[in-house]
Amino acid sequence: MNGFEGQGLACVRGARLVFKQVGFHVAPGAAMLVAGPNGAGKSSLLRLMAGLLQPIGGELLWNGAPVAQDPDGHRRRISYVGHLDALKPALSVAENLGFWARMDGQGPEVVTAALARLRIERLADVPARLLSSGQRRRTNLARATMGSPAIWLLDEPTVGLDTDGIAALEQAMAAHLDGGGIVIAASHVQMFEAGAHQLVMEALKPELRDDIW
Amino acid sequence: MSTFWAIVARDVRLAVRGGTESVMVLVFFVLAAILFPFGVGPEAEVLRRIGPGVIWVVALLAAMMSLERLFSADHEDGTLDLLATSPAPLEIVFLAKAIAHWLTTGLPLLVAAPVLGVFYQLPGPAFGVLLLSMLLGTPSLSLIGGVGAALIVGARRGGVLLALLVLPLYVPVLIFAVAGVDAVIFDAPVRPSMMILAALLLAAIPLCPWAGGAALRQALQ
Repeated sequence: MNGFEGQGLACVRGARLVFKQVGFHVAPGAAMLVAGPNGAGKSSLLRLMAGLLQPIGGELLWNGAPVAQDPDGHRRRISYVGHLDALKPALSVAENLGFWARMDGQGPEVVTAALARLRIERLADVPARLLSSGQRRRTNLARATMGSPAIWLLDEPTVGLDTDGIAALEQAMAAHLDGGGIVIAASHVQMFEAGAHQLVMEALKPELRDDIW
Repeated sequence: MSTFWAIVARDVRLAVRGGTESVMVLVFFVLAAILFPFGVGPEAEVLRRIGPGVIWVVALLAAMMSLERLFSADHEDGTLDLLATSPAPLEIVFLAKAIAHWLTTGLPLLVAAPVLGVFYQLPGPAFGVLLLSMLLGTPSLSLIGGVGAALIVGARRGGVLLALLVLPLYVPVLIFAVAGVDAVIFDAPVRPSMMILAALLLAAIPLCPWAGGAALRQALQ
């Protein structure tokens, strides 16, 4: 099947089973909202999709092929926004983004485009330590939009954003989806138009499991 | 390759902008080494005997001071997550950060070491060997210490744990570096010690990134 898919995923952190038997399928050009109460494992699921966590059960597939067989290719394919904004206070916004552009082998022009996308061009030369939390969020989102990774994994992307920031994010996501990209977001608010996939996760009762090892 | 230099350049730039840490390491190195003559007295014979050992032990401690934040800082602000999801393998990330650590701490220590040699009244020929031993030894300190820094990511009280992990592994570097400088003073052959130091470095260059990459991957789980 085309697109990004997960089958029977289970995740353990520490000795706690966070979720089990989670499955999804997102076709190119589609978005999926991961919803559920606190502690249901939305962030863990996104980290698992990003390859930061290994599933203890189930597997992730890209165009039908297991992601685990080609982790390098998968890293090229994803762009991840977590809870932390990963900005270095001593560097300016443009320098922070420029570093990540170089990490992807891109030139400075993608930085300019990304700044315009999140409407923060005028912050380019401002050191990151002077940014407000919303501006930090926008900078991190701008980073995620650089280059051409197929899958955007956004963990609570709207936290701290004002209406203008949310509009900019929605515009960027729409452009990405129109280009055949995939957006997967974990959020408490409805971010996509009605009809988008929704993966509702339930909170498992926290229990320590010694038998999983 | 461009990712490698991007990380080196970023870390060096952060160290230069941040300023204080590299300077503090250097000041610690010089101050701690200067304390010893006050403690043991000013006789030239004694100072010459303990000089190479003191300079190297203090260099070890100084290099270790700055290691605690090497990966923890990137872990706390989320950078490590993004590095792990970038196309560059974590082994390359490790090597680049270890090299940046050497450039910002090992290299200043190397430059300051001859000044301390003067304090300890080392004979002329010993200076060249002291520099050579620093040149071959301090990169090993950054690499081996980097593995310790990767292992303590996410741990509470990381600094103490780091010292326990790393100091025993520094012993071979210390022994052969000091043996080399002592050899000049006592007219013994210098070459074998320097060859072993070089061998330690050559072993550390592939082994430490491998171990450090695995430790970082573990820390992210």
